[in-house]
Amino acid sequence: MCLGIPGEIVEILTDHADLARVDVSGVRRAINVGLLENEDLKPGDWILIHVGFALSKIDEEEAKAAMEFLEGIGQAYDDEIAALKESSLDASGWGEADAVR
Amino acid sequence: MRFVDEYRDAEKARALSAKIASLCEPGRQYKFMEVCGGHTHTIYKHGLEDYLPENITLVHGPGCPVCVIPMGRVDDAIHIAERPDVIMTSFGDMMRVPGGRGSFFDSMAQGAEIRMVYSPLDALKIARQNPDRRVVFMAIGFETTAPSTAMTVLRAEAEKITNFSVFCNHVTIIPAIKAILDSPDLRLDGFIGPGHVSTVIGCGPYAFIARDYRKPLVVAGFEPLDILQSIYMLLRQLAEGRSEVENQYARVVPWEGNPRALTAVNQVMKLRPYFEWRGLGFISHSALGMRERYAVHDAERIFDIPGVRVADPKACQCGEVLKGVLKPWECKVFGTACTPETPIGTCMVSSEGACAAYYNFGRFSRERVREATR
Ligand code: SF4
Repeated sequence: MCLGIPGEIVEILTDHADLARVDVSGVRRAINVGLLENEDLKPGDWILIHVGFALSKIDEEEAKAAMEFLEGIGQAYDDEIAALKESSLDASGWGEADAVR
Repeated sequence: MRFVDEYRDAEKARALSAKIASLCEPGRQYKFMEVCGGHTHTIYKHGLEDYLPENITLVHGPGCPVCVIPMGRVDDAIHIAERPDVIMTSFGDMMRVPGGRGSFFDSMAQGAEIRMVYSPLDALKIARQNPDRRVVFMAIGFETTAPSTAMTVLRAEAEKITNFSVFCNHVTIIPAIKAILDSPDLRLDGFIGPGHVSTVIGCGPYAFIARDYRKPLVVAGFEPLDILQSIYMLLRQLAEGRSEVENQYARVVPWEGNPRALTAVNQVMKLRPYFEWRGLGFISHSALGMRERYAVHDAERIFDIPGVRVADPKACQCGEVLKGVLKPWECKVFGTACTPETPIGTCMVSSEGACAAYYNFGRFSRERVREATR
């Protein structure tokens, strides 16, 4: 229950000041955005939803920075990955439940 | 889904895994606690331990809201639910949680009206639709969830829906972390900090952990790459001799949190002098109760509740699991007497509970293999 899910704002509902229509993985729901009243939300913004409320607005810049870091690591460790791919590490020796996972 | 799928990329996970391994000092053992049950879930669901070198151990913390509800509070809620004029509402995770006299499910079978809701707003809607009944919302959760309860109470107040009340069991994370830091049985090297709690409280409240206890803490997101990156950030701090609060999850967590949410909570609730946590005992200033001003929406004031303290069953070792002292499968009843269908302790109930995560994703067999071949 503590998990939050990201959703994209499709429409700010003008007749209900604190509601927005949000697309969550193809499902559309009215989400309470009262906790983000200072955020100036608009369609296209992404928010984190928890038990029917938007808890925070997802920061696209920060998301981009995080991805760049991960891509960067990918670059620097290409060799390592290549080596790992070559290696014969496999599932043998693990428990059964792991092998079928 | 955006902001989810890209954080599950296996190639990047392997790259991070290599970087993590390169930062580990040979021969040194590292123990990190993931405070939040959501992290425990991700770790087992995605088998993240397979991406970590043997000398890193992840221990599970107390951050599963369902797991920390003591038996007595479940009994109190059932006592309220059994009144014929009451409709009790609760998150699905609560339904199986055992109290001293059974769970919500058991009491439904005996005729109590208990409905599962996704949001406290759903409970308010039920109250609106049933003006002749008293609708009670069993509120559980850390600071992540408390603002939603508070906003719902404010809404009830504004709409003058007087048959809606909250049985408030919201808890706060900082005192629990402090209790763990002060407990002598556990030596930790750092914390994977709770991501969604931090969207509300921000990163500031963790400063004492870095300053006074000299342990690094990295606020982390919930996807596999988020957690691996946080471990990498923790190791880097250790390698550089730093202990700081860092934010891996900046795309969602603003450093200062959500002041609007804190205001709402503060308006409706206040800290209780103390509160009992399952397995951890009484912790002072660790939970929220309703303010006097909202007495008409406070189930504790409206109803007579027994408030009896019920000791955990003897076989149950949830306390040790919640403190990270025991691995779930080390509990004597794990997987035998205690399963998700017939839970003895709470950690087996919620998908965020460490025991349920182990059980559902079959992780314990790997641990057994490791033990056997040691
Ligand atoms: S196996 Fe059951 S009783 Fe034992 S710690 Fe886990 S939830 Fe508690």
